[in-house]
Amino acid sequence: MPSAPAGTLYRGREGMWSWVAHRVTGVLIFFFLLVHVLDTALVRVSPEAYNAVIGTYQTPVMGLGEAGLVAAIVFHAFNGIRIILVDFWAKGPKYQRVMLWVVLGLFVVTMAGFLPRHLMHVFGGN
Amino acid sequence: MSSAPAIANPRDSYKRQKSTRSNFELYGWVFMRASGAVLLVLVFGHLFVNLMVGDGVNAIDFAFVGGKWTSPFWQVWDLLMLWLAMIHGTNGVRTIINDYAERPMVRLWLKISLYVAFVVVTVLGTLVVFTFEPCPVGSPADLLPSICFD
Repeated sequence: MPSAPAGTLYRGREGMWSWVAHRVTGVLIFFFLLVHVLDTALVRVSPEAYNAVIGTYQTPVMGLGEAGLVAAIVFHAFNGIRIILVDFWAKGPKYQRVMLWVVLGLFVVTMAGFLPRHLMHVFGGN
Repeated sequence: MSSAPAIANPRDSYKRQKSTRSNFELYGWVFMRASGAVLLVLVFGHLFVNLMVGDGVNAIDFAFVGGKWTSPFWQVWDLLMLWLAMIHGTNGVRTIINDYAERPMVRLWLKISLYVAFVVVTVLGTLVVFTFEPCPVGSPADLLPSICFD
């Protein structure tokens, strides 16, 4: 008995789940990008309007949202490099699984550098 | 009398039937990889300068943006980042619509919405970077970047 439903193309494991995570993080980042261009466009309205809206980015709830956004960007960026290596490096497909664990390792290191400092800004009262 | 269908010469080499008229998807595939590598540098630089340096997110206000965009370096940086990220993201979401939206009308309207959002946001963002006024007349002095008082 196959464990997956008959006829499915989805194979699970590192290959599929990194692909799923790449799509999910990509969509999240894209929708934030649309909002972020619109909020930045308020600099053409007035300094007061821009400062009022950007002030909401400095609240604890939004601060946690920014941490999640940066996490999504960092994963998408490093996994994107992995995809480029799978496509263009002769040994890429052979090492795709190892490379995902390298991506996750680099992700942990990058977030360890970013999170304490950002959370200090958000919760440390400047 | 109808003629019998022509029988292909068995010595003819196999010719692949092209299902599309152009190499659009190939160029899209190359663009995602090339722009992705450039965006890694642009976005990481953007995040470092805006969230890590100094007071991080708390330092962002009109004066901060004004201070950055009076420098052509950051104007070009942000403009390039805007265009590459918008095309990269729009092409990514287009791929996802193609994969999951099966009914023709749903596909059509999702793509129309996507392309309208792309044009509106890209044009607006480009205009903002190019027409930005760091020292608007009549605004309180304490909200403006220091270059307004040099």
